[in-house]
Amino acid sequence: MKQSLTMQKVTQLIGLGSLKSLSNLFSGKIGKDGVTLMLKKVVAPLASILLFIGLWHSGAKALYNMEADFKIEKALNDQGEKAADEMRACIAAGETGCQPNTLPSPAQVWASYKSLLKDHNAIRADKLAFKEKTAAMNAKRIAEGKDAITYTGRPSFVDQIMTSLKTVFAGFLLALLIAVPIGILIGLSDTLRSSVNWLIQILKPVSPVVWLLLVFMIVKTMTKNSESDSAFIISFISVGLCAMWPTLVNTAMGVASVDKDYINVAKVLKLGAVQKVFKVILPSSLPLIFTGLRITLSVAWMVLIAIELLAQSPGLGSFVWEEFQNGAMDSNSKIIVAMFVIGIIGFLLDRIMLTIQQMVSFNKNEGV
Amino acid sequence: MNTPTIKEQSTYTENGIIYPSKVMLDLNKLKKVYPTPKGEYVVLEDLNLQIMREEFVTIIGHSGCGKTTMLSMIAGLNPISGGNISVLGNPVKGPGPDRGVIFQSPSLMPWMTALQNVMLGVDQVFSHATKVQRRDIAKYYLHKVGLEGAFHKKAIELSQGMQQRVGIARAFAIKPKVLLLDEPFGMLDSLTRGELQDILIEIWNKEKITAVMITHDVDEAIFLADRVIMMTSGPKAKIGDVLNINFERPRTRKDVLEHPDYYQYRKHLIDFLEH
Repeated sequence: MKQSLTMQKVTQLIGLGSLKSLSNLFSGKIGKDGVTLMLKKVVAPLASILLFIGLWHSGAKALYNMEADFKIEKALNDQGEKAADEMRACIAAGETGCQPNTLPSPAQVWASYKSLLKDHNAIRADKLAFKEKTAAMNAKRIAEGKDAITYTGRPSFVDQIMTSLKTVFAGFLLALLIAVPIGILIGLSDTLRSSVNWLIQILKPVSPVVWLLLVFMIVKTMTKNSESDSAFIISFISVGLCAMWPTLVNTAMGVASVDKDYINVAKVLKLGAVQKVFKVILPSSLPLIFTGLRITLSVAWMVLIAIELLAQSPGLGSFVWEEFQNGAMDSNSKIIVAMFVIGIIGFLLDRIMLTIQQMVSFNKNEGV
Repeated sequence: MNTPTIKEQSTYTENGIIYPSKVMLDLNKLKKVYPTPKGEYVVLEDLNLQIMREEFVTIIGHSGCGKTTMLSMIAGLNPISGGNISVLGNPVKGPGPDRGVIFQSPSLMPWMTALQNVMLGVDQVFSHATKVQRRDIAKYYLHKVGLEGAFHKKAIELSQGMQQRVGIARAFAIKPKVLLLDEPFGMLDSLTRGELQDILIEIWNKEKITAVMITHDVDEAIFLADRVIMMTSGPKAKIGDVLNINFERPRTRKDVLEHPDYYQYRKHLIDFLEH
């Protein structure tokens, strides 16, 4: 009983309260309202997923037929009757050379997902083998003071995801380190707020692409003589600069709008400036700061894909772009796989932030 | 007009220490003006009031007459437009812990526990004491307001009445010279209000901190006070009448209600308010 209670708390905390009814279903605790609740929380979402896949499937099929008709007609017009018949037969036989290139069906996307996983496992095995093979040699090289030989093979899909996550966290951290202190300063001082407000208002709506170019200009010069990974530096700084604005604005707002009563208490007790900030102002604006951070993280994840694509830095963005350029048979379905992965990771990141937000918030009902 | 006449004593001796006078809090020709687009709005004018050591004064008057303005001026949270306020002869220049305030809303930091809320003030005022001593002070006052079981409860988890108890403990724990209470029980139901009045007067009987309390409740004003100050309605509010409450201390609610003078006092106050 106690265990199920903590389970319930955990699922509630991570915002997946609907799982509660599922666990009740399995433990056989369905009351009179249980059935309606189950319909609402389990059956309806499942039905909507099935409906989505069904629509997608039939839409993809319709697009496939349209594209096939175009191909056959083109063969007919260009090369005559015989070529058209050959094309028709080729498409029907499912040969890879002549398949219409269009929106992939759910089944194709699933197959691509599995092939990407298989590819990842193969690369991982390859890497392990490489590591074993070079272990002795590397130990020797390090002893001699030389650099170790590293694996330089193609990154797998999962490696790309990890790179993207690394970039987004670096960018998020940068945004936090810039936006929170500046937000506090701006929030504390009316004069400062009105003097820098124009700058914030101008910079806030600037597009990620422009930030990238600006960062590129600066970082390119600064990293000219170093061997650091400038693509990574450029992308994480751009992500941070694009995404920090909601945190900056929310922090300033939270600090500026602390309840007058708390400020009066601090005044009566004659708290010093530092104590006032850390004991009264910051704790009371934490919920708003975290709301800002949550928006920042989701913006960071969203712009990351575009920035990686432009900055040629490895990650999910460049994966999508390379697949698009590649134009192989399963490229389209791999792009769709990437789309779902991006969406799901974005959702999970938001849930993590929500959980942290609820933990620091003194009013447990805020947010969601 | 029955303005109080205070016999000026040049000195006053307590425990061998000579103080300049028996007056704790002195408001002299106090004036408050708010600028408005239509010109100046005079809230208070020519307000004189002297409050003695160990005196409990309640202030009663219609809403908007400037009672709260006056109290927040004493607290130093609201600037003075004219005249002056002094505590033991020292003019008030801004807020400070020598004038503890119990606000109308409990004003506790919701992210702190009851103990932390009291400690916030104690740490500040008794910074020379050890951590253990400071904790003991905070715990003592929380115990006094009947919250010995709720030291580590978050303020937000406490009921309104419990929160105000913490507010009382916080105010007494910093041992102010003057305690300012701005309708502290106005937001509570009458049962809780009665409980808190008893708690307040019990601690006060022990500590005897000079207190100024604003209230709308005639019975509360009589039960707690040595003197009830009646303020005229604004603008240009001033002291309209003063009623000395001559019940002995410590008093119980029962004694007060059964006292033959009680209804006389009550009638006096209500007559003033209905005028």
